Amino acid sequence: MLALFLRDIRLSIRAGGGALVGVIFFLAVIATIPFGVGPDLNLLSRIGPAILWIAALLACLLGLDRLFQADREDGSLDLLVLNSDRQMLALTVLTKCLAHWTGSVLPLVIAAPLLGLFMNMEPLGIGATALTLLIGTPAITFIGAAGAAVAVALPRGGLLISVLVLPLTIPVLIFGVSASYGAVADPAPFLPPFLILAALTLFLAVIGPLAAALALRHGTD
Amino acid sequence: MRLIAENLGGERGGETVFSGIGFALEKGEALVVTGPNGAGKSTLLRVIAGLLPAAEGSVRVEAGGEAFPTVTSASHYLGHINAMKTALSVTENLGFWRAFQGEPAQGVEEALETVGLGGLGHLPFGYLSTGQRRRASIAKLLVSHRPVWLLDEPTAGLDKASEERFAGLMRGHLEDGGIVVAATHLPLGLEGAKTLRMGMAG
Repeated sequence: MLALFLRDIRLSIRAGGGALVGVIFFLAVIATIPFGVGPDLNLLSRIGPAILWIAALLACLLGLDRLFQADREDGSLDLLVLNSDRQMLALTVLTKCLAHWTGSVLPLVIAAPLLGLFMNMEPLGIGATALTLLIGTPAITFIGAAGAAVAVALPRGGLLISVLVLPLTIPVLIFGVSASYGAVADPAPFLPPFLILAALTLFLAVIGPLAAALALRHGTD
Repeated sequence: MRLIAENLGGERGGETVFSGIGFALEKGEALVVTGPNGAGKSTLLRVIAGLLPAAEGSVRVEAGGEAFPTVTSASHYLGHINAMKTALSVTENLGFWRAFQGEPAQGVEEALETVGLGGLGHLPFGYLSTGQRRRASIAKLLVSHRPVWLLDEPTAGLDKASEERFAGLMRGHLEDGGIVVAATHLPLGLEGAKTLRMGMAG
C-alpha cells in the first residue's frame, strides 16, 4: 500500500503529472474574481469563503479523470485489479485517492490562505476556510473516484465525471461554506456544520472506494 | 499444483469469441495458444486471469496451497501493454511492483541483469526502446513469485538473442514447477509444450 502511495505521489510531481494544474486553475479563478466583482472590499470579504470553496471544488474535479485512466492506458490497472485477492481492491482505490489528494488537492489547501488575502478576508475567516477545505476536500476526491472508475473506459471522460460527481459534492460544499461563515458571522454556529462535514468525509471514505472498486472490477475488458 | 479449465467460453461485447475450451496443466507444463488474429487468444488469457468473467465453464487451480488459492492470486499476467510508468525509472517501476504484488523473489538489480538490462535501471522507462521495454516488463515476472505465468505475445518486439534468453527463463520457471500459458504467433522455443489452436471451428 505504501509502495502504491509513494508511486502515485512521485508520478504526480514528475513531468506530466499535473499536480500543479489544479493549483494554477485555483489561482486563476481567485485572482480574476476581484476584477470581475469590482473593488468593493466588503462584498469581497463576504463572498470570500464561498468563492474559495467553489474554486477549490472545481480545481479538485479537474485532475480526477486521470486517477484511473492513466493506469488503464499503460496496463497497470489490470495488475492492480489482479492483485485484489491479496489486497482488497477498495483499499487499493483508497490508497490511490489519498495519494491523489496529497499530490493534487493538498497544494490547494496550502494555497488557500494566501488567496484568501486576495478576497480581503480576515485572518479568522481565512483560517476557518483553510481548515474546512482540509477536512472537506478528501470527500470530493472519494466521490470523484467512483465517478472516475465509472468513466475509466471513456476517452475524454473528464467532463462526464464532473457532471456525474458535481451533484454529489453539493452537500460537501454547503456544509464547508456554512462552517466557514459560522466562524466569522456571529449568530451562525461553526461546530455543527463542521462536524457534519467531517462525518461526510468519513462516510464517503468508505462508500467512494467501495463503489469505485465495484465499477473497476466490472469495467475491465 | 494444477491449472484446470473446463468448457471455458468467453465473450466480448456480448458476442461469443470462443467456447468449449478445456485443458489441464500439471506443474512444469506449458500451453502455447496459437491461432489467427481475432481468434480470442487474448480474451482467453484475460478470462483465465479473472480480468473478464467467463461466459461459461470455469477455470481453477488445485493444490495451490495457502498462498495461491485462486487462479487470480497464483498468476502473473503479462499483457500486450507493459504496465510500466514512463515517467518513473526502470528500478522505481520494478521496485513498486515487487512491493505491491507481494511474494518477493529476485531483487530488482538481479532481475534486470537476468533480462540483459543491467546498468540501465536508473533510466526513465520512457527512454527505453520497444524491445528494452518488453524486457523490463518481463523482469516484472521475476521480481515477485507466481507459479502461473499468463503471457500475451511475450516476445513481441524482442530480438533473436532476447527471445532465446526469454525461452531460457520460461524453461527455468517450468523446471521449478511453474506453469506457463502463452498466446503467440512466434515459436517460443519450448520443447514438449502442449498447443491449443484457436479459431479452427470458426
